[in-house]
Order: sequence, then structure tokens, then C-alpha cells
Amino acid sequence: MSVVIIGAGQAGLQLADSLRTEGYDGKIEVIGEEFGVPYQRPPLSKDYLAPGKEAAPLPLRGPSFFLDKHITLHAGVRALTVDRPERTVKTTEGMLEYDHLVFATGARNRMLSCPGALLPGVHGLKTLSDAEALHMALPAARNIVIIGAGFIGLEFAAAALAHGCNVTVLEFAPRPMGRALTPVMSEWFAGALRSQGISLRLDEGIERFEPGTDGRVAAAISTSGASYPADLVLVGIGVQPNDTLARDSGIETSNGIVVDETLRTADPAILAIGDCANFPSAHSLGNLRLESVQNATDQGRHAARTILGTESPYNALPWFWSTQGPYKLQMAGIPQPNDDILILGDQSEAKFSVLCFRQGILAAVESVNNAADHMAARKLLSAGTAITRNLVESEGFTLKAATREVSLVSPVP
Amino acid sequence: MPSVTYTQPNGTQQTLQVESGTTLMRAAVNNGVDGIIGECGGQAMCATCHVYVRPEYAQALPDISDDEDEMLDCATAERTDSSRLACQIQLNAELSEIVVDIPVGQL
Ligand SMILES: Cc1cc2nc3c(=O)[nH]c(=O)nc-3n(C[C@H](O)[C@H](O)[C@H](O)COP(=O)(O)OP(=O)(O)OC[C@H]3O[C@@H](n4cnc5c(N)ncnc54)[C@H](O)[C@@H]3O)c2cc1C
Ligand code: FES
Repeated sequence: MSVVIIGAGQAGLQLADSLRTEGYDGKIEVIGEEFGVPYQRPPLSKDYLAPGKEAAPLPLRGPSFFLDKHITLHAGVRALTVDRPERTVKTTEGMLEYDHLVFATGARNRMLSCPGALLPGVHGLKTLSDAEALHMALPAARNIVIIGAGFIGLEFAAAALAHGCNVTVLEFAPRPMGRALTPVMSEWFAGALRSQGISLRLDEGIERFEPGTDGRVAAAISTSGASYPADLVLVGIGVQPNDTLARDSGIETSNGIVVDETLRTADPAILAIGDCANFPSAHSLGNLRLESVQNATDQGRHAARTILGTESPYNALPWFWSTQGPYKLQMAGIPQPNDDILILGDQSEAKFSVLCFRQGILAAVESVNNAADHMAARKLLSAGTAITRNLVESEGFTLKAATREVSLVSPVP
Repeated sequence: MPSVTYTQPNGTQQTLQVESGTTLMRAAVNNGVDGIIGECGGQAMCATCHVYVRPEYAQALPDISDDEDEMLDCATAERTDSSRLACQIQLNAELSEIVVDIPVGQL
């Protein structure tokens, strides 16, 4: 028996690890195109860029992991094609045979196509080498323009502020982090970012970049015609799933590799997990593709069980965090546009939560600087406890107290 | 070099020599110590790096921040007076040696 995993990131390594923990004793081979020890991405836009913090990558597993668990890591190797009838993967270093193949290929940054997008000084942030380049450039930078007010852009904005830079963020949409957050939360963040001194330009996209006499980027011209001085630009306009290899081998893709509730594709020998997978979710109104550590690790664990023969559906609660300077944002569940909203706590104190109700029942919670609410929400939502709006509005209600009072049904693993 | 000893629930111990400035979470993850996950990368956001610090080392530790306090309340294994998040403890000249116990479950 052999499992071949394409992608040595958060999802791929969790799967390899869980296969062993769950008792799989066949061959496990992980193919990863990046060189070196696989590392965690979240710190790259946070601690790694902070002034005075050690800029060392945080490995996903220690170096002895691969030896101890008898897992072969093909680092610096790219998977090129998959032959499904033959059950083989062709890589830059030869052929591998599989009984189960798992796509854990992640996502790549969406690129800007406007004039000047390739000028020196225009960066993206996805890999360790991207983060190294930014770490080197930040101390000397003065005027920073960020394209896109999503999580990466705003985490980078916080790092740039901490380095004493002037920060302008251009966002085409009317609110920051609009794809992921409720309007209340996103508008609160707009105010908070501005009061920190970030120039947040909403409803304004990038038209082109202009070089200086040294050939490096010097200005960003927006769709409104305004010119912003820029000696460093970060582009954070979202990602696209790495699903080409799967599509070329005849697997269905549609905003990611389409899988069923056990995380299998239509080919029962092939699964997809993490940022590249499009899966049916009970926590949302339809199919989802998520870009988060939680999703990658929980799907890695689940795929291990699917490979070992368990047929249970994947239904882990989605959760996410983002650290932006003084603000710790934590989310549990997936807010929907028609959710009914209630705010707990004090927005002016920057410590509050936004509760989202669907058909009168708590379905998602966003928190700022309120880990207690977040962790309680995770417990309640994972356990499927029905928290009604009436209950929340009753005297003295807190989410944390609710975890103790309401008898919890144990969550489905 | 500072040293840290991790004790597994079954009693086996592993002692690591690590550079000053390294957190207990990072040292554990770097060296594949079982039972410390560090899913959030050290942001006090996941409580999967919960450890029990042996009392004789307790007073050399930094105070518990509000974030850490709230996360510890939510950790999977029982919280006790010696509970800490391994990502919030750094080894350095003041804390050159420490022994911690790893709880049975982090998730
Ligand atoms: C800067 C940054 C900050 C983030 N911050 C947070 C955060 O605060 N909280 C959070 O929850 N999430 C955060 N994320 C998201 C999180 O890191 C991802 O969701 C997670 O890494 C996804 O895991 P994955 O295994 O699906 O993909 P990845 O970890 O991206 O791994 C996929 C790997 O597959 C490799 N690969 C692709 N194709 C091939 C091929 N053909 N052959 C060989 N190898 C291949 C890729 O090179 C890559 O290394 C952040 C991401 C970034 C970039
Ligand atoms: S690593 Fe997540 S809380 Fe310590």
C-alpha cells in the first residue's frame, strides 16, 4: 500500500502525520516543490515581519519527524502529471506509484496585470522567500502602498506601521475584509485602521505603478487618478487554488478540486484537502473552499480516516484568526449575508463579538480581542448546541457561561 | 545553552538544549516533541501548546497576560495553577532551565 501526497504544506503534513497516528503502516511519500523544511505560513505576515522579532521560519514538524515516522519527503520536487489508469505520478525526479493520491497543493497568489506590476519593489506574500524579501525591505521603506484590504494586506499594514512607515491601502470593494466578515465587523475595522493612521482608500483600485529614475517602483496611480508615493508595494488580492494538475488528469474542478463529504474526488483513489479543495459544508449554505490552518489540519486528519476506510462526513467547524497590530480577530463559523446580527461587548473598547443568528440559532461568531468568547463559540458551535437569540439577550448571558450551563453533546470527531 | 525538559503523560522525558530567546512551543515543534501542536504558530490563539510547569520553576516565569489567561480557560485538558501556554514562555538568562508536563490531549 502506498499513499502519495502532492504538497508539503499544512494539510499534506498533517495527513502524513495522522495516517501514522491512526495506524497506517504502508508507504507515505510527500512531494513538495519548495526547498528546505516545510514551514508554517501564518507567522510570515506577523512575527516574521515585526521589528525586533527573530525572523526564523516555524517548521510544521521537526526535522526528525520524517525519519521517525518513516515518511519520505521529496523536497524541491514538482509533481508534473498524474496517470490515473496506471496510478502513477510523474515528478521532476521520476515516477511514483500510488494506491491513494491526495492533492494538498494549496493556492497561489492572484497576480495584478496592470502596467508596472512587475517593477522591482512590488511584492507578494505567500512563501518564506517572499517573507524574507519583505523582511529585508521593510526597515528601509518609507511609503508603503498595499493593494487589497484582505487579511494579508492588513496584517502587512500593521507590520509596516510598526516599522514607522506611511501606509496607504487601496481596496476596490467598499469595505475591508469584505469577503469574510460581516458588514458590522468590517466597518468597525475600517474605523480602527484609520484611527491608527492607516490611509484606507475604499472603492479605489490600482490603475498602474510608475517607476522612479532608479527603475524601482515610485508611485501607485489609483483608479480615481490619485498618485500615492510608494517605495514598497504589497499586492494581496487573494489566491487561486492550485487545481490545474487535477483538472489535467480529468478530475472535476470548480474554484478548486471538487470533493464529496468524505473529501474524495469522483475517483475514489484520489482525495483533495486544504486550500485547494472545494467541499460541501454543513456550516455554510453550499460548497466551500477555505484558506485557513484549521481547514488544512482538520481535513488532513479527516482524509487519513477516509483512506483507512471510515466513511463519515467531514463536518469540522471552520475557525480562523488574524492578528493586526493591537487587534486579534477570531472567527468561528461562516457568516452569511442574511444572518441576524447581535453585538456583545463594547466596540469602543475594542473588545467585543458579533453574533450571527440563522433561523434564530447562533451560527457564527466574530470576536475582537476576546479569546474567551471565541473559544466558547467554538465549543458551542462544534457541539451543535442550539443557542437562541432570546437566550443571548437574557440577563447576565455570556458565551463562556453557556458552555458550562448548557449540557454539551460531544462533538462528532 | 538553556535547557527544557518535556515530560509525556506516560512519564518519558526529553531534554533539549535550545538557544536563548526560543519559546517552549517552538523548541518542542522544532524537535518533534509529541503533544505540543502549536497550531496558531505562537499567537496565543489556539491553546494547543498547553503545558503544566513544575512548581519550582514557576516564579521565574513572566506573568500570564489576559489573552493567555482566557485561552488557558478554554484548553482541552484541565487547567490547573501550573497551566501555561508554551508559546508564551521564552528561555533566556533568567529562565535557563525548566521542566514541564504535557497534558493528555490538546484538541
Ligand atoms: C502570509 C500568510 C498568512 C496566513 N495567516 C493565516 C492565519 O493567520 N490564520 C489562518 O488560519 N491561516 C492563515 N494563512 C492561511 C494558511 O497558511 C493556509 O490556509 C494553509 O497553509 C493551507 O494549507 P495547504 O496545505 O492547503 O497549502 P500550503 O500550506 O500552501 O501547501 C501547499 C504546498 O503544495 C506545494 N505544491 C503545489 N503544487 C505542487 C506540485 N505540483 N508539486 C509539488 N508541490 C506542489 C506548494 O508549493 C505548497 O508548498 C496564511 C497564509 C499566508 C500565505
Ligand atoms: S501556539 Fe497557539 S496558543 Fe500557543
